[in-house]
This record gives sequence, structure tokens and C-alpha cells, in this order.
Amino acid sequence: MTHPIRFSLNGEPLSAECRADMTVLEWLRDEALLRGTKEGCAEGDCGACTILLKRHDEEKYGPVNSCILLMGQVEGAQLTTVEGLAASGPDGHEVQRRMAENGSSQCGFCTPGIVSSLAGLLEINGDPTESDIHDALAGNLCRCTGYRPIVEAAFEAAKANIGGLPTGGGGEANTEVGIVESTCHAPTDLSELVSLKGQFPDATLLAGGTDLSLPVAHARERWSHTILTRNVSELRKINQNSEQLEVGGAVTWQELLPYLHQHWPSFATMVRRFGSTQIRTMGTIAGNLANASPIGDGAPALLALGASLTLAGTGGERDLPLDEFFIDYRKSALATGEVIKSIIIPMPKEHEQFRVYKISKRYDQDISTVCGAFNLTIAGDIVTDARIAYGGMAATPMRSKDAEAALVGKSINDETIASAKLAVRSTFKPMDDMRSSAQYRSTVAANLVDRVALDIAGETVEVMAL
Amino acid sequence: MTLHPDHEELSIKRTVVGKGSAHDSARRHVRGEAIYTDDMPDLPGTLHIAPILSPIAHGDLLSIDLTAVKESTGVADVLVASDIPGKNEAAPILSNEPVFAETKLEHIGQIIGAVVATSLAEAFQAAQKVKLDIRELEPILDVETAFAKGQRALADQHLTDGDASKAIASARHKLTGRLEMGGQDHFYLEGMVAYALPGEENDMQVWSSTQHPSEVQLHVALVLGIKNHDVDVQVRRMGGAFGGKESQATIIAAIAALAAQRTGRPCRFRLRRDDDMAATGKRHGYVMNYEMGLEKNGRFTGLKVEALANAGHVADLSGPVVTRTLTHLDNCYHIPNADFLGFAAKTNTVSNTAFRGFGGPQGILLTEALIDIAARELDLDPNEVRAVNYYGPQTGEVTPYAQPVKGNRIQDVVDRVLEKSDWKKRRAEIEAFNASNKVLKKGLAMMPVKFGISFNLTALNQAGSLVHVYQDGSVHLNHGGTEMGQGLYTKVAQVVADTFGIGLEEVKITATTTGKVPNTSATAASSGSDLNGAAAFNAAIQIRKRMAKFAAGHLNVDEDELTFSNGQVTANGKSIPFGELAKKCWFGRISLSATGYYATPEIHWDSATLKGNPFYYFTYGAAVAEVVIDTLTGENRCLRADIVQDCGKPLNPTIDLGQVEGAFVQGMGWLTCEELWWDKSGRLRTVGPSTYKIPGSRDVPPHFDVEILEDKPNHVETIFRSKAVGEPPLMLAISVWLALRDAVSSLSNGKLAANLDAPATPERVLFAVEDMKQRAVDIK
Repeated sequence: MTHPIRFSLNGEPLSAECRADMTVLEWLRDEALLRGTKEGCAEGDCGACTILLKRHDEEKYGPVNSCILLMGQVEGAQLTTVEGLAASGPDGHEVQRRMAENGSSQCGFCTPGIVSSLAGLLEINGDPTESDIHDALAGNLCRCTGYRPIVEAAFEAAKANIGGLPTGGGGEANTEVGIVESTCHAPTDLSELVSLKGQFPDATLLAGGTDLSLPVAHARERWSHTILTRNVSELRKINQNSEQLEVGGAVTWQELLPYLHQHWPSFATMVRRFGSTQIRTMGTIAGNLANASPIGDGAPALLALGASLTLAGTGGERDLPLDEFFIDYRKSALATGEVIKSIIIPMPKEHEQFRVYKISKRYDQDISTVCGAFNLTIAGDIVTDARIAYGGMAATPMRSKDAEAALVGKSINDETIASAKLAVRSTFKPMDDMRSSAQYRSTVAANLVDRVALDIAGETVEVMAL
Repeated sequence: MTLHPDHEELSIKRTVVGKGSAHDSARRHVRGEAIYTDDMPDLPGTLHIAPILSPIAHGDLLSIDLTAVKESTGVADVLVASDIPGKNEAAPILSNEPVFAETKLEHIGQIIGAVVATSLAEAFQAAQKVKLDIRELEPILDVETAFAKGQRALADQHLTDGDASKAIASARHKLTGRLEMGGQDHFYLEGMVAYALPGEENDMQVWSSTQHPSEVQLHVALVLGIKNHDVDVQVRRMGGAFGGKESQATIIAAIAALAAQRTGRPCRFRLRRDDDMAATGKRHGYVMNYEMGLEKNGRFTGLKVEALANAGHVADLSGPVVTRTLTHLDNCYHIPNADFLGFAAKTNTVSNTAFRGFGGPQGILLTEALIDIAARELDLDPNEVRAVNYYGPQTGEVTPYAQPVKGNRIQDVVDRVLEKSDWKKRRAEIEAFNASNKVLKKGLAMMPVKFGISFNLTALNQAGSLVHVYQDGSVHLNHGGTEMGQGLYTKVAQVVADTFGIGLEEVKITATTTGKVPNTSATAASSGSDLNGAAAFNAAIQIRKRMAKFAAGHLNVDEDELTFSNGQVTANGKSIPFGELAKKCWFGRISLSATGYYATPEIHWDSATLKGNPFYYFTYGAAVAEVVIDTLTGENRCLRADIVQDCGKPLNPTIDLGQVEGAFVQGMGWLTCEELWWDKSGRLRTVGPSTYKIPGSRDVPPHFDVEILEDKPNHVETIFRSKAVGEPPLMLAISVWLALRDAVSSLSNGKLAANLDAPATPERVLFAVEDMKQRAVDIK
């Protein structure tokens, strides 16, 4: 059965009869013949394909990578592309006008994506700081300009009183769209989601798709059935009380950020480097964990925070400490047909000091070489509790219980730091790859113990702090 | 032909030239209306191409089984070497550099064949079904192994001046060592792409994202077995190139054209990012071995260098790249006795190619490292060592390759950058910071750049143009230069607008095409505006003179008194609008079209002896960079950069500023976060932006101050006395790498030089820190 995908593009309601696993970029360029949006990498890392997306239940547009966004995911949504922005006024969007005047483009190929990212920023933040602008641009690479004129244009555009983005169209999202060869299911309640998983065991369960959709974007892999978690109401909730923060399985990183900022500022700082705004607009916490990648940055922080999961499947629900979730390289404890319903993070307790450090070749939008997370409870000068976890150091994200043991019950001094560092080195046998040598990983993982001690003592420890 | 004699007068009266006009396509860029090759509408029946790539680094290709590929859905054709009707040749200079591998596989990602299908998805899916019968051989993956085995991609180059061995042997101080520097992917945002449209009989039109349409034309004709006149190559703009589309775009275009020839249908070939990064060349990585002799004050007595370049699997442009390395090892310093050996290693990695700076950055990087090493060994300030070695009357004013250094502005840029960066004060502040910070350490460095402008190969220093004036006074401009974002089209249009005294909007910039201007050189070597600006001027001035002669008769004035400005042609209070004059000229049967030609004067080069006068002039710049490193992790960051760049009298200061900033950030990427990493099998594992990290907006120094050296017309007669700007500022980023070395050296109170190669990734910085801590203990 064909169920046309209904959405609006640049304010115009549309209906597309196409494969649900077609990328939005492909559809824009080849079906809508809107070729302002470019393919630079087809892996969500360069930003040339950036467009603005407002899902059926959202108030504001957010930037997304159209190269790894599937048509099934835009059912009921509104899309705005660079062409829509150009049509939004006599001189286009303010960002376009300022960039054209300010020498902000040279070859121009990255420009439509940058325009979209900045227009998206100004939608939610009319008075951005320089850091906000960098956050917005973290997912957009420019190889020509050196960025200065782009950042300046963003400031200029923010000062002007800009109009809104195109609206109209979109609306309710149907629960099944696409064509027979490729269908996308978007259930709205958990039982339906679980039952669909049973009905289509080979279907791809997709949250944001920022990693899982790469083979589709890239190698033209084909999916006959895709099941989205996005619209399941139980998975969209964030509940907080004095004990815990419960994050639903379809909550995105961008949605979680304000909560992290409030309770764990160090986590928030790291998450602002997690992918890019585009990636965080789609990517979910649950997806990052379910992916069971050794280099997912959510895991070490959540392991150190003592998070647990509620899993839901045909047999009902069960709780599992995150510690027991990662089995092996890209293998988790999720049973067939099971999904992550929520992630439960205990609230910070008195004397708890939480720090997470991401080490990568580039500050923004890079994959961690090493990610180290420390949750230390320090009463007086004694460490009474410690949870230390790393990513990038083993086949799974993992705690170093030996390092924790080296600190618990002791004060932080040269001696205990040295023994914790040794423990870190002996816990992990990392590998050589394109991000670094094993030797570097071991050295840095150990040195992060020095860093956390200095950091807690109030020293300036990161180059970005200057 | 040099610049027309009327040039000097016009270059003084500038109206449009010298203004910071926006890039001609700026409005189209921001609105998504600029059309790149892959954005061109698909003609009916268009086919799409996916490549078949070598899975191994070295081996014999015994046979290719295409059965399953051909049976795959949507496949229209499959191309391999034996399907080439002409020559399987892609070499830009030498020969035996195949488009499709034949019996030898020489790197992972080498193109073996191409699948042509009705959709890109089908082409990719089919390409995966190829069965290759291969006998694997041991690959050579690094330059030092290749050097030891004598595996070279082309003949060695040896530049000598005086007797370096003797000078070093008798020097008071003698230092030897090795420096390794990585290559760099261009990471143009628009990947390689071509769209070939077959015409009647042998005609082939090719839209190609290329810096070198004439070479694409030549190779398409060669591969297809047709004549050059059958092929028309066009390019309106590229989405970045940086040298990457100078020679190797020919391969992509030739494959698209071959598919079009065989199927009779339009064929589009766009490389996916990872295939682009695996199958096409990059900046050459080098290992440099050096021996230097020094006097007590840091003055060089002699320098011997073995520059071992990774050419990759074939020569491509490695010959001239190595030449430019050897001719830039001197940078701004007079070296009395030089012995520079250039070795281009043949390895089983993708053939490296042109990249902004073209070998120059590697030469200058070594020399600047040597200054740093020498200064710390002799307990001198690196800038004092620089000062005693600058070219000048006290030291010497002839390069090791025998070219006199004329129009020397080294001291101008150095003095200015030290002043504007507040060097002395900040040097003291940084020392105070380092004394009070446990883990973060700052570094500061200054360095100058002298860069030779012109292609080393004299023949390439020529250009052509075609200018038409229509009856409404609007102008059609075409030249052999290509637009890759550098603003060349805008600059050349400014020259033409001033020549006719009309507004920039009256000049239509048109796509570069081999049918309008033939036999062009690549838009490369920073020479685009020098060559094409001059050629366009030489065309426009001919038409202007014809129009002036006619106008003189029409207005009854003396021809010499006529001025062309503000869209009016005026003398003695009488005037006629330019458009009206054009119409009258047509009526009076005056030709309003001209071709222009320009060949750079005064240059010559002997490639056998590596001596001559290869560069028409030098351009100069200087930078001061301040960095901070984390001694626990090696993470690092440039906090401030001050730059002074000599642009002569700029044609367009806004565009030049953009070139300086962009080049600096790109150079910073080369020397810090951009790392090419191959696994043991020879597979490049950094083949996309998720693994290959170019600088992002936050990596730009928060304090970034670029100044164009005030009002300094070029001392030689370039177009409107401007200077080239594309490449030189990239090398100013070496200041960042030197500042990182300085930060590491701070752990020995500046007494020891860091053991730091390039790129200075967090890993290299951390290990340099650990090494420094060890050695600092030893000296205490």
C-alpha cells in the first residue's frame, strides 16, 4: 500500500509518494529539483546539506542534516531550505543579506548549509553570544573563508529585526507512510511500538538515525521497514524529581541540554561538543546507548553518574543498571524486540563532583579519542564514593573500578592520584587507530585523573577556558 | 606579450579596481542559486557513474569478472581499461599514469573501472558486485623505505650552491636531524564531478569541476581517441579546489566522457566523499633530513637537506612540487652554501598532487624549524637568528637557485607585525603565565614568508582572454582562469570595468570554456589574477583604442584627450555614453571584440641545473601566533594571530583579506588537526569529515588580526601593480606550529627545542611534552 508522505516545504503543503528510506537530500535535489542544498559528505559531518525541520509537535525549527534524514522521518513536518529562506523577503533572510554583503562566501558550496544553520540559531536565540554562534556552526565546515566573516554576519543579522521562517502545512503525522518497497512506521504508543517490532523483526528501529542511517546515505543500503521511536508518547517525556531525572527513549540531546546545564554543567559542556546542533536535534540519548559504540560520548558520563535503564519488550518492562548494558563491541543487553523506554539519572547528591572530559583532535564535532567521566563524592577531604568511566578505551564504554578503589576512603594527593593513574592504565588495553595510538590513549586516560584533581581544586585545566 | 603600454597610466587611475567589491556570486551563493556542476539539470536519459576501486595497496590484477555487475539492475555499461579507444593516460607531465588500472594495482582506492547506470544508487550497488582476481604484493607505504630501496616516481632533483659539506664541516656549530611532516587532504566541499554530453559525430561537451579546462580537454580527447577540437570543456565555478582539481579532475572528466561516448547518453560522474579522498591525491607528506652549519650568532654557513617527498603511486605533479620545495627552503634567509636533494618517493599510496603552496610550505616549515632549533642550541632569541640571516646587502641577495631577491620587503612585514602584535610585552606576559600555571603552557612565535610568484615551468606563464562589447555597451568577458571561490572572476571583471570606464555590473562574467579561450594554463600558483587580469586588460584596451579612435572622429576631438569614466567617453566638455558609442561603432563597422594574450616577462628556468629566474617577483608576509597547550593531554589552541601580508596594490582588498584569512586557517589545519592516517594494509582511514578534521569556526584564533601592507605597489609591472595572494598566507600558519614548539620548550625554560613533527595533533604535542620533561631533567 502506498501512503504518501505529507509535509510542507518552504510553506507549501506537499505529498510525496516515494520510498520511506529515501534521504531528504536526495528527494530535494532529484524530485523537487531544489539544488541549493548540497551533498558534501553524506555522513552528517560537513553541514552542506543542512535544512531546517519543524516536526508536527514542535514549536520551532531546528537545523538537521538532510543527507541522513529519511523521508519517513518528515511525515507531518515542515521543512525550510535555502530556497525558502531566499523567498522569505525581498533580499531573502537577514542572514543571507548579511553574508552576501560581508564576504562570507568564497566558493559558496558550504554557504546554503551555513545560512540554514544560522537562520535556525536566530529562530531560537535572537541575541547570540560568539560561543552560541560557534555552537550553531559546529556542524558546518567551510574550507575557504576562515569563518571570521561568517561569524560577523551572524552577529549583524542578529542585531537586525528578522522576520519569521516560512510556516504552514505539516500537521498530524500518520503512523505508516511510504511505498510497498519501503515503509516507515511511526507508532504513537509503546505497546504499538513493541508489537510492530514483533511483526517486522528485520525492521530498522530508528531514533534519530544520525548513525544508523549512514549505510543508507552512503552505500545506498535499502530498508523495507523502518520503525521510528520518535512519536511514541511514553518515550517523549522528561520527568524530574528530587531523586532522579527520567529521560524518555525518544528525547534528543538538544532537548536534554537545559536539564544537563542545570544539574551537571560539565556534562552540558561536553554535550555541546557532542556531534553538532544538527546531530543533537535528531540524535537521542537512548539511540546513543543502544548503538553500544565504544566511542559514544553519552555512555561514560552516564556510567559515572550511575544511570540505569528501563527496557520495554513483549515480556513487559525491566530495569537494568547501565553498568550491565554493554556486552561487547556494538552489542548491548537489549533482547530481541526490546527498546529503551527511559534513562534514569540519579540527581546530584551533596559533595558530589561530576566532571566529564572529551579529548579529540578537534574541539567541536569530533569523535572522542578518549572520553573520561568522574563522579567523586568528597566529604571533608576524603573521597567517600567514586565512579570513573571511560569511552574509547575498550570494546565498550567501561568503568575502572580499580581506579575508583584507589581513591575511595582516601584524600586526593600525589600518592593517591598516582595509584589511580596506574589503575587506569592497567584497567584498559586500548587500540591504535586513526584517532590516536594506544599509548596516547593510555597516557591521556591516566592524566585525566591529574586533571580532575586540579579541576576540583579550582585550577584552570582546559585550553578552551582561556 | 607583456602588458600593453597604456597600462601604467590606467593602473594609476583606478575606479572599480581597488574597491572591495563583493564576490560576483555572493548573492547567488547565499540564496542557493549558484549552479555547480552537479546542480545542472539532468538532460533526459542521463546516466550516473560509480567507480570500481582497488581493494589492495599493491598487486597484480590478473582478471576482472564483471558478469554480476553487468546483470545488476539499471546497469547500462561497465568500463575498464580495455574499453578505452584512445590512450589510457592521465599523466599531466610525464606518461604511464593510467586512468584505469590495467595489470598493476598500486594503491587502495585506485580506479579500476566504472559502472554506468540509470541511477547513482544502482551504479553503487552494481559496483559492489565486481570480482577481482588479484595476486597481492608487498606494498611500500612510507618515503624512507622507498628512499632506502631507491623507489622513485621521477628523477631526483639536486640544487647546489657553493660547497655546503665543507662549510658545515668547518662551522662552529653543526646540527643534524630529521623532521617529518604530514600531507593534507584538500577537502574541497564540492567533490570531484563531471557531466559529459555527447554531441553529433565525435563532439563531446564536458562540464567539469576543474582548475584546468585545457588539460581536461586534452585528456578527454586522448582517452576517447578524438581531436582536441571535438571536445569543449566548461566550468563556471568550483566548490573549492585548492590545487586538488588541477591535474586529477581530468580522470573524472575522462571517465564521464568515455561513458558518454560509449552509451551516446549524457553521463554524470560525481565521486562520493570517501571515494574522492581514497582515489585522489593530496598535499605531499615529507621526511626531511638536514645538516646545518652555524656561526656563533646563528648565521647559517651551510645547509644540506634531503627532502623526501611522498609522490604516491605515480609522478603526477610531484616534479614541480619538489622543485618548489627546494626553491623555498631558503624562505627569507640567505644561505651561503646550499645542497638540497629532492627525492620523490614512489609508494603504494594515492598519487599526491598540487595543494595551495605546491611544495613551498614544506620547504619553509623545515627552515623555520631549523631557526627554532638553532636558536635554542645557541641560546639565542629565534628572531635574532632570523635577523642575522635575512636576505639583504649585509648577508647576500641571491637565492641558491641564482635569482636575485629584488623588491625585498622582509623587514617591512617583520617590523610591522612585531609592532602590531605588541611582541615584547606579550613575550613577558607569556613567561609570567607559564610560571604560574601547572598544566597549561603558552607559546609565542613570529615568522616571515617569502614566496615566489610564477609557475616554475616558464611555458605555463601565459594566458588568454576574449572580450566583446555589445551594442548596448554591456561587456562579455571570458578568460582562461577558473573560479574556485578565490574571487578571480570578480578581480578580472574589475580590471575590464576600469579599462572601459564602466560599472562592474556592465561586465558579464562567463563560464570558462576551451572553445572561447584555448590552450590555457591551470588556474594555480596564485597566478590567476596576474595572468588573466593582464590578458583581459590586453583585450579590452584594444577595443577601447578602436572605440577611442572612432569617438575622436565622432566628437571631433583629439583621441589622446579622451577619457573613459563613469560610463561616459569624454573630451573637451563633449561626451558620449559608452553604450551609445558602442552602437555607433557597430554602425561604423568597428570591431568590438578582441582576444587578449599575456606572457609573463623576464622569467627563465633551467630544470637540469635548477638555476634561473623562475619567479617574476616575490610576495612577503609575516605572522605572530600565540598558542596554549595542555601538558596533560596535548590539546592545543591558537589564541591570537597577527598577520601582515604584502598584496602589492590590491585589486580587491576584501577578496584579498578573505584569501589571507582562509589560507591561514587552512594552513593551521595542515599543521594541527588534519592528520592523514593509513593502516598497516595501506588503507587511508581518514576518508571523511568524521575522521579527517579540518578546522571549524571555533578553531579560528579568537583574536585574529590581518593587515594588508599599506600602499605598496608591486615593483614589477603586474596588472594594476597588484600581487598574487592565493597561496603565500597559508605558510604564515607555520607561526602556529612554531608557537606550539615554543610552548613545549617552555618546559625547559626555552633552552631545548621540541621534538615535534607535523601535524601537531594532541598526541604529538603530548609526546613532545613528555620527551621535553625527560630532557629538561637531564640538563638540570
